[in-house]
Amino acid sequence: MRKGQHRFVAGFLLIPVALYLIFVIWPYIQTFGYSLTDWKGQSQTFDFVGLDNYTALFRDDIFRGAIWHNILFLVFIPVITILLALFFAFMVNAGGRGRSGGVSGVAGSKYYRVIYFFPQVLSLAIMAVLFGAVYRSDGGGMLNGALIKLGLVDESSPVEWLNEPGFVLWALIAVVVWHGVGFYLVLFSAAMQSIPRDIYEAALIDGAGRAQSFFRITLPLLWDSVQTAWVYLGIAAMDMFILVSTMTAGDYGGGPDHHSEVMSTVMMRNFLLYGRSGYACAMGVVMLLLTLIVSVVMLRATRRERIEF
Amino acid sequence: MSAPLKETAPTGDSTPPPPPVGKGPVRPGDRRGEGVVLNVFSHGFLVLWAVLIVLPLLWLVLSSFRTDAQIGGSAFGWPQNWDLDVFSRAWDKGIGDYFLNTVVVLVFSVPLTMLLGSMAAYVLARYEFRGNRFLYYFFVAGAMFPVFLALVPLFFMVKRLDMLNTYQGLVLVYVAYSMPFTVFFMHAFFRTLPTAVFEAAVLDGASHTRTFFQVMLPMAKPGLLSVGIFNTLGQWNQYILPTVLMQPQSGDDPERYVLTQGLIQLQQQQGYASDLPVLFAGVTIAMVPMLVVYLSFQRQVQAGLTSATLK
Repeated sequence: MRKGQHRFVAGFLLIPVALYLIFVIWPYIQTFGYSLTDWKGQSQTFDFVGLDNYTALFRDDIFRGAIWHNILFLVFIPVITILLALFFAFMVNAGGRGRSGGVSGVAGSKYYRVIYFFPQVLSLAIMAVLFGAVYRSDGGGMLNGALIKLGLVDESSPVEWLNEPGFVLWALIAVVVWHGVGFYLVLFSAAMQSIPRDIYEAALIDGAGRAQSFFRITLPLLWDSVQTAWVYLGIAAMDMFILVSTMTAGDYGGGPDHHSEVMSTVMMRNFLLYGRSGYACAMGVVMLLLTLIVSVVMLRATRRERIEF
Repeated sequence: MSAPLKETAPTGDSTPPPPPVGKGPVRPGDRRGEGVVLNVFSHGFLVLWAVLIVLPLLWLVLSSFRTDAQIGGSAFGWPQNWDLDVFSRAWDKGIGDYFLNTVVVLVFSVPLTMLLGSMAAYVLARYEFRGNRFLYYFFVAGAMFPVFLALVPLFFMVKRLDMLNTYQGLVLVYVAYSMPFTVFFMHAFFRTLPTAVFEAAVLDGASHTRTFFQVMLPMAKPGLLSVGIFNTLGQWNQYILPTVLMQPQSGDDPERYVLTQGLIQLQQQQGYASDLPVLFAGVTIAMVPMLVVYLSFQRQVQAGLTSATLK
């Protein structure tokens, strides 16, 4: 051990650890404490109320509805996104059956990969404004405009995409899928390219079709990435704050009539609008618990024997 | 987020794997007829999705050249006034300020994230000391918790430090919240660097600090690039943290919204003022730089983001 090493190590760690402790770890810990108080946030005075916030939380219909919507997102967003991304990734990487007979992407796959990734570099705020315009509830909205042109929707009564209780969640899911597919296409592509070509070629010689080579070779060898994608999308589905809060009706979103409410919007409304800090902290804790449960369940549910190649 | 935390062999390779070999061995009698229908279907679907991606973006950009009456009337009228006045109007309406605010914050937060994150990761990866493992997991654990868990206490912490609605407050918070990922990624990277170079530097009498800045950091460039892209995109697109921390605190407090907040603000204002072209122009201004950067560096961006996620 060289002289001055301890000082060096301590010196390099001091600022990062301090920053991280002050702004990340300490607030995380504090949340648990505050969630047991009736803190309004205005003053430093608050009383310990035990688990009152939590019992109130589970009697709160809006929050319960929000949990339900998060669960719906949790089921549909990962499934749709992963299926589309897998299909596209397979087409782009191994779907081609050119004159050469080898395994390659379909024609133009380079361009697809670039274009599909577009939405990923744009912020969700841009998504929110863009799709706010696409979903406009009059003839000026892109979707309604197109449907009117096609004669599918009557000009006098266009679809209120974001104000129909039955539609609003699907409209939001569509945005997330639109935004995410490109990224997972690229993620799966990277994994697919590390699969040795000769496995495909051997399958090809044995007479495997596209579907067979996908289900027998690609998918099993890709399982790790699918699992990663699943957990990421699951976590994204637990959040949804920006899209719901900016695209749907109401303070911090959630409309119409709480039909698109998610946990994060209820929490932010209670914190920033009503000043119920303690109550909001309890929601934060519930979100943490649900997120952890979801991650563990998803990892276990998708566990397979790892295939070495 | 537990998936990226699994132990993978640190390869530190940020370049994309070589593209698939297109020309495999030619096999006579390939089943040419195989699923012509399937072919048409899948190609059709690929094209359709590409159109679905490009069309809304194009429509939005074109719409900023239309008049408000045109936009309200029909979704697909061809723009008639091609002057760029609407962009300067959007810029003056606040987009310019929001843009600059974001740039100011990122100019400090991204380099600081990279510097502090690499320092911590380097020490944790290359030095043996008591508590090393603990500190490593301490950093990495932060990635597992949703940011909503911290928001309320974070707000009051920043308030107590008198840094609400200040650039430095947001910079420090961005750096702190980017730490788990940066440390995790750079830790894996530093472990792969050869020890021989390090020893040579030590033999030449370089101090620890000097070795880090002049030998190790330059060698870690590919890794830094990947995490840099990831952090830049992540912080540029951040919305929740500024929503909580960057609100004017009193009447005469200046508005220091970042771009994402500003766009949403503009959307709400223009909804009432009904000057939609300005809103579309604002989004175009926010969108075009990212698309230009992406198109020029698309290989690095894609590789950076995927490797950043897979580790």
